[in-house]
Amino acid sequence: MVTTYAVVRGTELSTPSRVASILNRNVSALRSGPSYWLVLFSGFFEPVLYLLSIGVGVGALIGNIEIGDKALGYAAFVAPAMLAVSAMSGALAETTFNFFFKFKYVKTYDGMLATPLKPTDIAIGELGWAMLRGSLYTGCFLIVMIAMNLTTPFWALAAFPATMLVGLAFGAVGMAISTMIRGWQDFDLVFTGQFAMFLFSGTFSPVQNYPLAVEILIGLTPLYHAVELVRGLATGVLGWGMLVNVAYLALMTVAGLMVASRRMAKMLLA
Amino acid sequence: MAGTLAILERHLTIYKRNWYASVFSSFILPVLFVISIGIGVGSYVGTVDGWEYLSYIVPGVLASGAFQTAIGESTFPVLGDFKWSRAYHAMRATPLRIKDMIFGWQLYIQIRVFIASVIFLVVSAIFGAVHSPWVVVTPLICALVALATAAPVSAFSAGLENDSYFALLFRFIVIPSTLFAGVFFPVTQLPLLVRPLAYASPLWHAVELCRAAMLGTPPPWPVAVHVGYLIVLAVGGLYWADRAYSKRLKD
Amino acid sequence: MTQEPLIYARDLVKKFGDFTAVNGIDLEVAPGEAFGFLGPNGAGKSSTMRMIGCVSTPTSGELRILGMDPVRDGSRIRGRLGVCPQLDNLDPDLTVFENLTTYARYFGIPRSEGRRRAAELLEFVQLTEKADGKVEPLSGGMKRRLTIARAMVNEPDLVLLDEPTTGLDPQARHLLWERLFRLKQAGTTLVLTTHYMDEAEQLCDRLVVMDGGKIVAEGSPRHLIDTYSTKEVVELRFGSDTPASYVDKLEGIGDRLDPLPDRLLLYSADGEGAVSEVHRRGYTPSSVLVRRSTLEDVFLILTGRTLVD
Repeated sequence: MVTTYAVVRGTELSTPSRVASILNRNVSALRSGPSYWLVLFSGFFEPVLYLLSIGVGVGALIGNIEIGDKALGYAAFVAPAMLAVSAMSGALAETTFNFFFKFKYVKTYDGMLATPLKPTDIAIGELGWAMLRGSLYTGCFLIVMIAMNLTTPFWALAAFPATMLVGLAFGAVGMAISTMIRGWQDFDLVFTGQFAMFLFSGTFSPVQNYPLAVEILIGLTPLYHAVELVRGLATGVLGWGMLVNVAYLALMTVAGLMVASRRMAKMLLA
Repeated sequence: MAGTLAILERHLTIYKRNWYASVFSSFILPVLFVISIGIGVGSYVGTVDGWEYLSYIVPGVLASGAFQTAIGESTFPVLGDFKWSRAYHAMRATPLRIKDMIFGWQLYIQIRVFIASVIFLVVSAIFGAVHSPWVVVTPLICALVALATAAPVSAFSAGLENDSYFALLFRFIVIPSTLFAGVFFPVTQLPLLVRPLAYASPLWHAVELCRAAMLGTPPPWPVAVHVGYLIVLAVGGLYWADRAYSKRLKD
Repeated sequence: MTQEPLIYARDLVKKFGDFTAVNGIDLEVAPGEAFGFLGPNGAGKSSTMRMIGCVSTPTSGELRILGMDPVRDGSRIRGRLGVCPQLDNLDPDLTVFENLTTYARYFGIPRSEGRRRAAELLEFVQLTEKADGKVEPLSGGMKRRLTIARAMVNEPDLVLLDEPTTGLDPQARHLLWERLFRLKQAGTTLVLTTHYMDEAEQLCDRLVVMDGGKIVAEGSPRHLIDTYSTKEVVELRFGSDTPASYVDKLEGIGDRLDPLPDRLLLYSADGEGAVSEVHRRGYTPSSVLVRRSTLEDVFLILTGRTLVD
């Protein structure tokens, strides 16, 4: 997430036209650039680096953290959060930046709609790919967690579908947001939101430490629910509250898809 | 000198129009980091080297802000001015020299880094993270680490054709530096084998110097070694940039 | 007033590795002249221009610009040149007006003076109402006019234009020619490259034709036509017959026969007379056009057809 942000912020001095030309190149680079798959794959390392730095490095300065009635090492506390974050950022990378580009500039979808495909088909197809990319990251990350003894294979298997749900939820909402974005400058807002969630959704410290008002506010944001759900499953500390998390994410998926396909239909078929 | 200033003027004219786009990354992001990790996680940390965690990481976040701004500004904007807008080619047809182009851009980065550092220092003082009058030298340290990174990275960008290398630069150099070069925890906690990587990062030297200045304690290595290392990188980077810009603009 | 040439070159050579782009050319351009480099793509025009613009170092030979050595005094020379490159490199992050004022600063021109000149030049290239807009939305012709205005901001002694109207539509080209003609009238020395014959005829007092890195002809457009072509050219078409099959049949008429895929060119001082001779031999072309010889004919005679792409 930080990388995506950092790469984008590199262009902050640029006019939208320049960013567009950069992206124009990226699309051809996608096929020709030898480093594209390396770039795609290297996205997986980032949450791992955070886990090692904050989870293990800073964790060494910290004792245990209590979850429910279970005492967890700090790394085991941070790891599921990074897992949820990588599901989110993998899905968002596809559905915001790439989707917007295909939508506005390459006009990929205009061509598709000339066939019997419906906007809903396109939205679902894109979402599927976004979730796949997210799952690639989370699958690798779960293996790292097992290797580091931060979860067990059993609970890793339980957490994996949850990360898929997280990918779907963020992918769908990301796509809906993309249909509303006016220009490249709005991406700064998207990344700001993404980064603020990354720092404060109970990722690095329990939300119970924040003032009550802040805690309630965070409780309304999506990454919080993703982190709670994934952390519960990965650590094996289950609770009824997780059903709320699931419902929240499912609602995001459905609402995001509905808004996205409706707006796409309106914009493309108008 | 006049040429360098003319180029600086161009960059500032553009910045005046787009400054708001950098507000988040330059000013708000470091503060959010301090709140989330320094205060949030810090409440679980006892003390590090005898200091409360917030005071421990603030100098590191200060230096890493300078480091990230310097690198961010030396990647896409530099490649863009060579490849997409061809602004450097336009400059090349005027009396301006290659040195003016390099110094003009570096000076611009210095101004950006200086403003961000001073604002962050004010916020740090409000959080009570300033413990020594030596804090006044931290903008100089930030300036030095900015030059030590922006100069070689600009040279690297000037030689590129494909921007996807930037994603790799960020993922394999910038982010690991930020996370492991002593900002959040002492480098001595790293396994012996990877420690030299942290020592090689210009960020580590800047972090230790800033920390020493803000806490009023001596840095782990002699000041001259930390500063000397950054100066070597800066001078070497400027030399490399001169070569790379000349080569790109030659034919 | 010195009559020293603004550009002086002797045996100028530019090599890129094994490839020789410019192969020993001699040149002299006097103050106030409008001088053209004519030639097909790859003839070495742009490489020569870049050496004159002091952004590319000659491999060998002598080159003096404004009486100075481009290697040693590059910066000082560039300060007195105006350059309009083949590819627009206007600053997309600046407004139209700022493109000129910022560029003026690169020449050390004071801000207020830069603003005054910018306003004046925008007037000259008819872009005043676009002053505060961005560059991106401008049309190709407008961008090129802005680039020319930018090249004038330092009141240069010598203006270099590398293919100034390539890629523009006819209206935009004519407007640009008209502006360049005014510069020429005002005494500005223009050096341009082009592969458009009409452009060379419109603008140049004197030109050289380059091919394969060498100068193959030199003179005024009229002189070149008189020297290398005939006064008139007859274009003959023969329905579905291949023009080449008529070359033997018409042998001896005019000075020269040149078969094209669709027509046969017949070079002659007396076009009508040549047409009568064709009829006398018993051939009836499906169409006949007698016209004056143009620079294009010279160009094709000198550089051959296969090179033109």
